[in-house]
Amino acid sequence: MTDARFEIAAGFLPLLDSALLVAAREKGFAADEGVALNLVRETSWANVRDRLAVGHFQVAHMLAPMPIACNLGLTPLAATTIVPMALGLGGNAVTVSNALWARMAAHGATDDLAPRAAGDALRAVVAEKAGGGQPPLRFAVVHPHSGHNYELRYWLAACGIDPDRKAEIVIVPPPLMADALGSGALDGFCAGEPWNTAAVMLGHGQIATVKAKIWRSSPEKVLGADARWAEANDDALAALLRAVYRSAQWCAEPANHQELAAILAAPAYVGRPAEWMRPALSGRMHIGPDATVDVQDFFVPQAKAATFPWKSHALWFYSQMVRWGQVGHSAGNTAVARETYRPDLYRAALKPLGVALPGANAKVEGALAATTPVGSAGASLTLGPDGFFDGSLFDPDELDGYIAAQGQDRNG
Amino acid sequence: MTAKPLAVLVIDENRIRASIIEAGLREAGHEDVTLVHDVSGIAKRIAEVNPDVIVIDLENPNRDMLENMFQLSRAVKRPIAMFVDRSDSASIEAAVDAGVSAYIVDGLKRERVKPILDMAVSRFNAFARLTRELEEARSELENRKVIDRAKGILMKSRGLSEADAYALLRKTAMNQNRKLAEIAQSLVTAAGLLGDDA
Repeated sequence: MTDARFEIAAGFLPLLDSALLVAAREKGFAADEGVALNLVRETSWANVRDRLAVGHFQVAHMLAPMPIACNLGLTPLAATTIVPMALGLGGNAVTVSNALWARMAAHGATDDLAPRAAGDALRAVVAEKAGGGQPPLRFAVVHPHSGHNYELRYWLAACGIDPDRKAEIVIVPPPLMADALGSGALDGFCAGEPWNTAAVMLGHGQIATVKAKIWRSSPEKVLGADARWAEANDDALAALLRAVYRSAQWCAEPANHQELAAILAAPAYVGRPAEWMRPALSGRMHIGPDATVDVQDFFVPQAKAATFPWKSHALWFYSQMVRWGQVGHSAGNTAVARETYRPDLYRAALKPLGVALPGANAKVEGALAATTPVGSAGASLTLGPDGFFDGSLFDPDELDGYIAAQGQDRNG
Repeated sequence: MTAKPLAVLVIDENRIRASIIEAGLREAGHEDVTLVHDVSGIAKRIAEVNPDVIVIDLENPNRDMLENMFQLSRAVKRPIAMFVDRSDSASIEAAVDAGVSAYIVDGLKRERVKPILDMAVSRFNAFARLTRELEEARSELENRKVIDRAKGILMKSRGLSEADAYALLRKTAMNQNRKLAEIAQSLVTAAGLLGDDA
């Protein structure tokens, strides 16, 4: 690729949703846009953040709340990071140990991934353990500023389990989750794929519920970009966004899933068997030794504006940071969260492609009970369904009220 | 004003590199150095050691867990990233380039801590150089072995002298614009397939 106009280094972690960046390189979408895309696999999100800050990376595969946390000063050594694009919707699951699943099943959990039934059963197990003087259940997530942490906590809290007082939540790197579950170090975890499938395939656990059922069509990973670089290199960034959008279209095509799984399985990327990648791509999840469930919208790479950086997503993550005591609520912090996501850059870059671009920057989350056409430019666009499992709504214009209400929840 | 000696905790799964760092710290007069190779039970260790400075390699996948623990922990003094002072970007870059990171207890004067990080950076770089040289030496040795085997095959199957066998391998490598060791490896592989291994 000697004729590349732009050289961009991107950090990523070995996860299924690195697919959009990986395919952008491997299927030539980056080269078509004149981008020499150098992908560097990393071992921790802290490394991704540090290497973005010192300029080793210009962009990175990041947990959607991470750039917000960086800009709020919640992490060490963070460059100002913007989010010009999301890298798909959904993709996570909550997996519990075989022992915990057996106890949950005894309390009515069924192998259909229904979050309410699983949560009610879990609450019964939590009460049983507390009554027996046993230590609380230990769950792991991959990072404190992650969709995993917030959706696990949301699910537990909505099912009447205070995640701080009635459970323990620790941090474990995703590739180590399955072993930690198998060894009994964890009772459960919330992580991306292929690590839930891995735990099931290795016989260490059962998938209890999934992100797509806790909050359907919800944000997960984003493309984080060093703000200084993005400002000085807007052409390069726009070219990359177009390449990743093309890649998302390719990744979304079922006919390509076999090939995509094989690409991701390569040692340089996820480095695990291709059959571990397929369930998330098809939505046909193996959730336990004898159960397979077809999950609608398990992972959405492109449809439903899956790559659009909604400011309402940023603000929901911010509301959860406030809820769990990571940051104080203020007008200033709200503005930082809102301005981290940059739909303006997304629109400017993709306009030449003539694809569907949402007309709004934010939406009421959880409002769509069915697939719904929405205002767009370029091509027609449908969104949803996007419900939270407990039926609640997040209106970004009513942020203060939402934050106040979840505080009361917690004290109640 | 004599300051209390700093307690340094080195977290590195690579035992050799950890020892090299430890030796450097001790040479620099830091007596209170603890090495940890395995992060299981790390919270307890940190509470026991109560370190002022924590040095950790960037390959360690548990950095996210550690940073989270530092933020939440009430049992230990609160360590923060070495790199809060962004004005010293050269030393930050040097550390990330070398593959090392450090956390210090909030409030420590950076003049006291910077030499520790500088030392860790230079020892990390030295270790990387050593590893690279060892790797080169190892592959050099491997190459020599495979060339010797290829020569043996040619001598046996074509009745060549050792010098002629070597000359033939060299000429073939030059004609094909490949490395001598690659040609030798191809020959050894082919001979193995033909059941004609010398």
